[in-house]
Amino acid sequence: MTGDEKHEWAAASTIDVLWVLYDRVLDVTPATVDDPDRDRFLLSKGHGPMAYYAVLAEKGFISESTLDDWTSWDSPLGLHPDRALVNGVEISSGSLGHGLPIAVGTALGQRIAGSAGRTFVLVGDGELDEGSNHEAIAVAARLNVANLTAIVIDNQNSMYGWPGGIAGRFAVEGWQTAEVDGRDHEAIFTALTAPHDRPYAVVAKIEKSY
Amino acid sequence: MTTMREAFINTVNEELENDPRIAVVTAVISASNFPQDRERVVDVGIREQTMVGVAGGLALAGLRPVVHSYAPFLVERPYEQIKLDIGHQDVGAVFVSIGASYDDPAWGRTHQSPGDVALFDTLPGWTVHVPGHPDEVTPLLRQALKDDNRVYVRLSLHENAQAYPVGEGFTALRHGKRGVVLAVGPMLDRVLKAVDSENADVTVLYAATVRPFDSDGLRKAVQETDHADVMVVEPYLEGTSAHLVSEALQQIPHRVRYAGVKRHAELRNYGTAEDHDAAHDLDVVGLGSAVRSFFRG
Repeated sequence: MTGDEKHEWAAASTIDVLWVLYDRVLDVTPATVDDPDRDRFLLSKGHGPMAYYAVLAEKGFISESTLDDWTSWDSPLGLHPDRALVNGVEISSGSLGHGLPIAVGTALGQRIAGSAGRTFVLVGDGELDEGSNHEAIAVAARLNVANLTAIVIDNQNSMYGWPGGIAGRFAVEGWQTAEVDGRDHEAIFTALTAPHDRPYAVVAKIEKSY
Repeated sequence: MTTMREAFINTVNEELENDPRIAVVTAVISASNFPQDRERVVDVGIREQTMVGVAGGLALAGLRPVVHSYAPFLVERPYEQIKLDIGHQDVGAVFVSIGASYDDPAWGRTHQSPGDVALFDTLPGWTVHVPGHPDEVTPLLRQALKDDNRVYVRLSLHENAQAYPVGEGFTALRHGKRGVVLAVGPMLDRVLKAVDSENADVTVLYAATVRPFDSDGLRKAVQETDHADVMVVEPYLEGTSAHLVSEALQQIPHRVRYAGVKRHAELRNYGTAEDHDAAHDLDVVGLGSAVRSFFRG
């Protein structure tokens, strides 16, 4: 493959946030992937999962050797992740606009079960073009799903952008919001661990890419 | 060599110049191939439901919208908009997909659409073209752009070695006495190889247009054989045309076998299209085995 057929830009855009999440924020390990009280991370922006697979390998969810023959017939790793094939992957994704609604459901389910687990979902600013996200943003706020954090990778890829900014789009519905430099690990960590009693959106800004 | 996708883009861009009714609506995919500075070219962003809704509105305003994306994002995601914003408004449009059932399975299930034609079968009034060669795309598309009806054109990376004349009705490429094989679009070459490898004395019909279904053509071909045995080879879900074959042959005692993308389980492997062909018995080996067992005796 050549060019961006593997969505390499998408992978490059998420790598820093993914690393901070799995290294310092998420309460989940290879030993707890089936623990109902684990934190759950949902990669809605399923494009460019190379970064995701690399982090999962580094943290022991999958073996590094698995990376070698990815996309082959016998490999569990494709150009979009499949939860039935990859240890630690919470949702199968690749079609945009599914992860945030699912995340509202998983976070709500955790709350109903009395679990201390949290749900984190990563979406792209281009992905926010899909209307399903905006339905979910409203629902999460109305249901006050406070154990939900949405991370928006903002690489200015949205077709028409969001007047008032992406954070403003969440805030107008009642979400708590933060904006960070998506390459600054300390800033990402601080934002992702900030206390919140409402659903929480962290907009991670990076350089423009496609 | 021109691909089906390139033939589609070239044809639509030519007709954009010639016909002021033509409009193009996309959701990012392929958008850069159309002149974005023209008001009749609209890229709505990653918003497939809106893409179809906008197309419905353009049609209500008298335009002839061409709606295009990868198959699952053109057909499955905005299915209700297709049903209501196009069909229920009783307007026309030309839907053109790429990706087919599993043109590039490395992308996984999200980018596979073996059920697209079956979904269109739930809706009345759709013409469905499944060209088997890039040179078949342009004439099918030019006719569709002239008309006012609802048309789905299913493009694929997989194609036959040569083009055949297109138009309504099936084309008989071989004549035999043991039965009939109907090959749809890109399935033709492998069907011919399978038939040859088994020395099967069968009639081979080719279809680049599957809706409307050429019931008369199938019935006539069956009546000219010694055995009313029919094999239907489709590049999408197996048995997608079963209801139409059954209707066409309702007065003729017959046997029928369907080959296509298997329905029994979701295939979660990645790999290549050839890998998936083999898994679904849609390669020459699998089809040869089916021909041998079905037309035996």
